[in-house]
Amino acid sequence: MKGFVSLFPATPNIQFMRRRMVGFILSGLLIVFGIGDLFVQGLNLGIDFRGGILLEIKTPGPADLSGMRDQVRGLDLGEVSLQEFGADDVVLIRIQRQEGDEAAQAEAIERTTAALGSEIEVRRQEFVGPQVGRELIQAGLLSIGFALLGILIYIWLRFEWQFAIAAVIALLHDSIATVALFSLTQMEFNLSTVAAVLMIAGYSINDTVVVFDRMRENLRKYKRESLITIINRSLNETLTRTLLTSGTTLIALLALWLFGGEVIRGFTIALIWGIVVGTYSSIFIAAPILIFLNLRPEQLDRVSGDPNDQASVRSS
Amino acid sequence: MVHFSTGKIVAIILACLLFVAYAVPNLLGKEATESWQQTVPSWLPSQKINLGLDLQGGSYRLLRVEYNDVLQERVRDLRADVRRAARSERIRIAGLATEGMSVVVRPRDVSQAQELMAAVRDLNSDFEAALEGGEDNPLIRLQIREFARQDMIESIMSQAIEVIRRRVDALGTTEPVIQRQGDDRILVQLPGETAFPPIPRGQLSIHLVSVDVSASELAAGRSPEGTMIVPYTDSPVGVVAAVQRPIVRGDNLVGASTGVGLAGDPVVNFRFDGEGGRKFAEATTQYVGRQMAIVLDGEVLSAPVIREPILGGVGQISGNFTVQQSSDLALVLRSGALPADLTPLEERTVGPSLGQDSIEAGQTASIIAMVLVAIFMVASYGLFGAMALFALGINIAAIFAILSVLQATLTLPGIAGIVLTIGMAVDANVLIFERIREELRNGRTPISAIDAGYGRALTTIIDANLTTLIAAACLFIFGAGPVRGFSVTLTVGILTSMFTAIMVTRLLVVTWLRRTKPDTLPL
Repeated sequence: MKGFVSLFPATPNIQFMRRRMVGFILSGLLIVFGIGDLFVQGLNLGIDFRGGILLEIKTPGPADLSGMRDQVRGLDLGEVSLQEFGADDVVLIRIQRQEGDEAAQAEAIERTTAALGSEIEVRRQEFVGPQVGRELIQAGLLSIGFALLGILIYIWLRFEWQFAIAAVIALLHDSIATVALFSLTQMEFNLSTVAAVLMIAGYSINDTVVVFDRMRENLRKYKRESLITIINRSLNETLTRTLLTSGTTLIALLALWLFGGEVIRGFTIALIWGIVVGTYSSIFIAAPILIFLNLRPEQLDRVSGDPNDQASVRSS
Repeated sequence: MVHFSTGKIVAIILACLLFVAYAVPNLLGKEATESWQQTVPSWLPSQKINLGLDLQGGSYRLLRVEYNDVLQERVRDLRADVRRAARSERIRIAGLATEGMSVVVRPRDVSQAQELMAAVRDLNSDFEAALEGGEDNPLIRLQIREFARQDMIESIMSQAIEVIRRRVDALGTTEPVIQRQGDDRILVQLPGETAFPPIPRGQLSIHLVSVDVSASELAAGRSPEGTMIVPYTDSPVGVVAAVQRPIVRGDNLVGASTGVGLAGDPVVNFRFDGEGGRKFAEATTQYVGRQMAIVLDGEVLSAPVIREPILGGVGQISGNFTVQQSSDLALVLRSGALPADLTPLEERTVGPSLGQDSIEAGQTASIIAMVLVAIFMVASYGLFGAMALFALGINIAAIFAILSVLQATLTLPGIAGIVLTIGMAVDANVLIFERIREELRNGRTPISAIDAGYGRALTTIIDANLTTLIAAACLFIFGAGPVRGFSVTLTVGILTSMFTAIMVTRLLVVTWLRRTKPDTLPL
């Protein structure tokens, strides 16, 4: 019994590297826009990082959001936001951290639930102090930093330094692109989002290393070919695998997105975006950076079968 | 790559069976698990993955123990002792202050420095005395000793945990988690509890109400030396002036229970130990007709008038309590006072219905994800896809088995992590199959193509997974909270997917190869 993969062309022949500037421009725009937006809008930080109170409540019928908003605002608790959460009878209420001690927070929660009547069910309530968030951000950044360093060293040892730098740049690209998504869409950025960014990093590095591995092999095998030909060949040879793996992972995540419930929806969106970006960056960021980093300069100048490639290299 | 020794085959099959066996308890419902754990011998797998509070419902709180306040109190006590010692030795002092964790004292007469040193150096063995500042301007610094400070912190922390444990046990929560975290934190997890019970410090003391404070002083909040002004909601002015030195403290309590007062209202009865009873008896004998204030955590609960001497070492607090309030108070008094204030840093409560919804959503999503991946794999690779699918099944069983044995906690993001692992686990198989396809195109025979395919793909799989493992290790070492939990899931997933792709699928492929001896491969 054969599967449809056997119908795919043996080795596709797509000239990825001829269009490499398109990838850089696209990514450059994404990152510039993303970081710009990060400064303008900023992340919609959840209470994990900002501190504050969060309540998830369920009403007996469809929630009267504006009526509830007036009721809660009338309590004078400072900054308050209400939003529908997944269903029309579930409401998420965010309240800024109250001045004072624990009792003040508990009182704010109590007053809010009391104001909304006895018919509502409190499904979730959270309070986070300001200090915890700072520590979690620090621990998160520290762990990402060391993970990058570890990857850099490993790939340097197993491959060559150009590969290590290209992999880390691709990884940074994916992380920034994910954070940018949260800034642009203003989805809540919370602790599980940090976990999502880390998962994406794990997936992305896996994907990049698979492509690099093939390049390393082909560089040894075809010593007489130009670097661009080798990179193109390697990308084409691993293309079926790249698409199939991303495809299966995306299918699994799509199921999680549609059926996994509201609580992890943002998390799943981050992962889906990350898989797409991570796959893209292996091909359009990590690979062309090798050319810019002058991996095998002697192979760059060698006359290859493709005059277009040759020309574009000379001019760059 | 196409040869397996008998021993290896047995080992692989055995490992697969073990994974499945240790994963099975996770399929049992709650009642079934309990009866299973009671009936089967203990060596059989019975452990399940712990569900995080976001899945099973419950409350989580992270508390900081404010031990520095307590240490500071000790320093202030020592300062008072120094003043007393100097006075009794008739040494006049020019300056006395606390500086951080030390007391600094200066003699007025420079020549008395040694005398002052002798008077104060042995006041408290936890502090080290040093003469500083030279002969012209001598000062004595009493600095807390590092080991004494550590001992105090340790004892405050363990006492705090003990008191919290006693209070939580009284709630009747099943499987509460009370854990020290880091230097000054305590984590409390109460599965199934959905209320935030407040955690009063529970420091009780009984004082005589002062009659020397005028109404105007009371209103201005000023109190003469030796008295203090304490908030009291039942008093018309909202405060009461009490003698600072207590008649008796909560340390001397041996019991507290709820009862019914004269007016049929809920009250709390308490009992003192021998020493406490004696002090209480003496004071109530001496001050019949005066008012006393029962103070808890800086607030007056009630201020009864002493009508007759109380000699039995028992007392009663009545203060317009509800039944719930009185039983809460009795519990707090019984469990003893916390050694320091607790500041909540983080509190999360998930109701049981949301937890249940999340579990159901997670299950539905995982099952649909697996079915879709199964269809996709078989559609892509046919027979080989089916074999990879079998390996994926073993892989998922292995993840659950290992997480159960490690007693890891599964949270909602953890489920997503497992789903992502499903995708990545398929990757190793795809890499191998693609490699075999290439080798076939290069004109190899099926056996030789499979042999070369596995051999070549192996380095790629190891490089790709080792890199991810390095990242996971960094996340585990430096990360915190959900990041850390996720790194465990990721690490386990990577290791099991390498095992299933390299061992299980290969065994299946090779066995099929030997049985059917095909001329071509369905790839």
